[in-house]
Amino acid sequence: MSAATATLGTTSLWDKVRTYSPPPRFLPLIVTIALFAGMFGAGSVRYENFGDPQVFLSLMINNAHLIVLAVGMTFVILTGGIDLSVGSVVAMSTMILAKTLEKGWSLPVAIVTVLLIATLLGTVMGLLIHYFDIQPFIATLAGLFLARGVAYLISIESIPIANETFMKWAYEPITLWSTYWIRWSVVVALIAVAVAAYVLAFTRFGRTVYAIGGNESSAMLMGLRVGVVKVGVYAVSGFCAGLGGLLFALNTPSGNSLHAVGMELDAIAAAVIGGILLTGGRGYVVGALVGVLVLGVIQTFIIFDGTLTSWWTRIAIGVLLLVFVVIQRLMTRRQT
Amino acid sequence: MTTTHEERPVTTTTQNAGGVPAAQTPEPVIEMRDISITFGNVRALDGVSLRLLPGEVHALMGENGAGKSTLIKALTGVYTIDSGTIVVGGEEHQFSTPAAAQAAGISTVYQEVNLVPNLTVAENMLLGREPRFLGGINVRAMNRRAAATLERLGLDIDPRSMLGDHPIAIQQLVAIARAVDVEARVVILDEPTSSLDADEVEKLFEVMRRLRADGVAIVFVSHFLDQIYEIADRMTILRNGRLVEERMVADTTQLQLVQLMIGRELEALERLDRAATHQVTTTEPVLKAVGLSRKGSLEATDLCLYDGEVVGVAGLLGSGRTELARLLFGADTADNGTLEIRSARRRLRSPRHAIDRKVAFSSEDRKAEGVIADLTVADNMLLALQASRGWLRPIPQATRNRLVADYIEALDIRPADPNALMRNLSGGNQQKVLLARWLITEPELLILDEPTRGIDIGAKAQIQAKVAELAGKGMSVVFISAELEEVLRLSDRLVVMRDRRKIDERRNHDVTVSDVLEIIAGQGDAAGSRTEEETSRD
Repeated sequence: MSAATATLGTTSLWDKVRTYSPPPRFLPLIVTIALFAGMFGAGSVRYENFGDPQVFLSLMINNAHLIVLAVGMTFVILTGGIDLSVGSVVAMSTMILAKTLEKGWSLPVAIVTVLLIATLLGTVMGLLIHYFDIQPFIATLAGLFLARGVAYLISIESIPIANETFMKWAYEPITLWSTYWIRWSVVVALIAVAVAAYVLAFTRFGRTVYAIGGNESSAMLMGLRVGVVKVGVYAVSGFCAGLGGLLFALNTPSGNSLHAVGMELDAIAAAVIGGILLTGGRGYVVGALVGVLVLGVIQTFIIFDGTLTSWWTRIAIGVLLLVFVVIQRLMTRRQT
Repeated sequence: MTTTHEERPVTTTTQNAGGVPAAQTPEPVIEMRDISITFGNVRALDGVSLRLLPGEVHALMGENGAGKSTLIKALTGVYTIDSGTIVVGGEEHQFSTPAAAQAAGISTVYQEVNLVPNLTVAENMLLGREPRFLGGINVRAMNRRAAATLERLGLDIDPRSMLGDHPIAIQQLVAIARAVDVEARVVILDEPTSSLDADEVEKLFEVMRRLRADGVAIVFVSHFLDQIYEIADRMTILRNGRLVEERMVADTTQLQLVQLMIGRELEALERLDRAATHQVTTTEPVLKAVGLSRKGSLEATDLCLYDGEVVGVAGLLGSGRTELARLLFGADTADNGTLEIRSARRRLRSPRHAIDRKVAFSSEDRKAEGVIADLTVADNMLLALQASRGWLRPIPQATRNRLVADYIEALDIRPADPNALMRNLSGGNQQKVLLARWLITEPELLILDEPTRGIDIGAKAQIQAKVAELAGKGMSVVFISAELEEVLRLSDRLVVMRDRRKIDERRNHDVTVSDVLEIIAGQGDAAGSRTEEETSRD
């Protein structure tokens, strides 16, 4: 800043804004946020009531479980891996929760059981991936079948959840201001995002996640604990899938083996749209959050329109995914 | 460090002060004694010793395959040693992992930068031992510490910038900065200069000098002799997995060094008879390369190849011989320079282009790049011809049989069975099949990279005779071999490579092996400029 511009006060601020160019690593995230804002803005112009803050809040409420899944997926994708099991783990978690509550277990015990089993499954997949050098795609595909199978094993029928405390969490609104409200699931999801953001940015575990995604053998030669972290990310993803299952159960409220079929793909799509590079090492967990919101806003569009079938959601997601993967490709090509 | 030893270093041949300022020899930081490593039946290291003194740059010399990398990997815990001892600061150690070696103060910087491009410079330097606050990384303290280390090394790099945004040379320096931050007593630099340009090398040397002044022992491996003479104090020379000698650099001429590396006394080498030199009559070259270069593999090189002429390429392993051949064939693409084939300017993007222009290349690594072990002799022979015709135009059976039979006879391939599996042939016969593969395509330019390596003397002579015969018929041949005698016997013109560039080119009139060795040993820039004059006169 030269002295001349500094004295002009407001102009200097404008100059700052005008000449500001974000570091290229933030670019995909910025594009996604702009996309979300643009879509939300377009919706508000086109449909009445679309711009109501409660629409945005409902977006969060309806997709809280997906946000948590995308957070876990972010860890895995940042190392260059993939976790296909999370959708099935959601279904399995709802079933375990419903079944244990039906058997009269106390709610905290049931919740801890769900989270432990989901984390354990993730850990086992991580161990297979790291120590037996199995492709993440295959190991977690096995996890997908296994978890879905376990869900069916518990019951083929849907099991309703009748626990009073649980129902209170499910339906009790938290009023933010005047008539606007959210649910507890949103609070949990946002805490998950915040914790993940801190861990990824400011802990050795998190930085090692990025290092592995950047170059695994280099990370090893740098003396980082590659094995622990690689297994760890699948454990984190498993934990998030279990937590996502609990939030999903809050929305439905039931355990059902047919829940969340293909949800792992939504989580992956959200992460990719959020600017997290599938080859690993680049991206931010906030991107995954925005990615989920973009997917949600597409759905909202279709609901508000009323004339489109819900399959347009899928088409829109497909197109968006393609566009974002191409953007990522171009960006990485430029940098190498 | 101050532990006394009954056993003093054994190899105290020349003990001048040199780069070690102290009057007496200081206690070695590390001493490797009688290290042996065997892989299967191969003795990779045979009783090799190495000692590193504090505050010295120690060059590890030897041709490719001499055992330099194996010795380094033994020291850094990548390989376990079969016998011998490693003494660090007076204590005996056995490193089983790289981490164990690092803990003992031995850091390695490899030829390829082993850092992570998507993290900051500071993170790359400190990750794994970063300053922490309440379980989280203290980013500010980390950046401060990184900045301090960079400053100590005289490097002006922003620790908060992304590593991947910097050129490879800076990344290399950051890798060294990481090594230094571990309080390293020994820093091993394995070919750190191979992808750096002159200015970048100077910067690296600057850093090395600072480290040396701080008392760090530096192991330096480089193919560039000039660099060794510029920076190193002492050197250990290896050959074929054995220790040749430990010497002071200042007491060794480049010629002596080359002799020690190759392992032959010049006087003992007799000039060999060779066929009458072919005189080039045509003026138009088959291939003309001007300023052909590729970063990290070859510096700008000019070369003309003529019909009916054998051009021999001499030079130590790693001097750029193979790299030159690969560029001429389009197996690697050139960064700069032009290539003319029959006066038409061509850009060879792939071997396919070269084959279409009647250029053939027989690779030095016949196991990996040439022989297909599970196919028959006939299939192996016809591969290149079929490829150049395109897969949709099969070669008629009669033609196949005739071609294969002709070449089996012409090259005396045994067994003389077109349907024998390639894997059952001896190395020499496999090499002949490969030669036949390219001859069948009737090339106008044939590039042979080490065509006689590892084969018996009889087959060698047959291949040499065939090469001479082909040149006599008007084919242009580039002949690359580690055996100078062979190159001199066959070639009409001689190209000498060193440090990834052509340092000399001359007609092969009465050139002796010792002449070539002297050219290779050279006298730095003086030799280079003289050579340029000579070649421009040609």
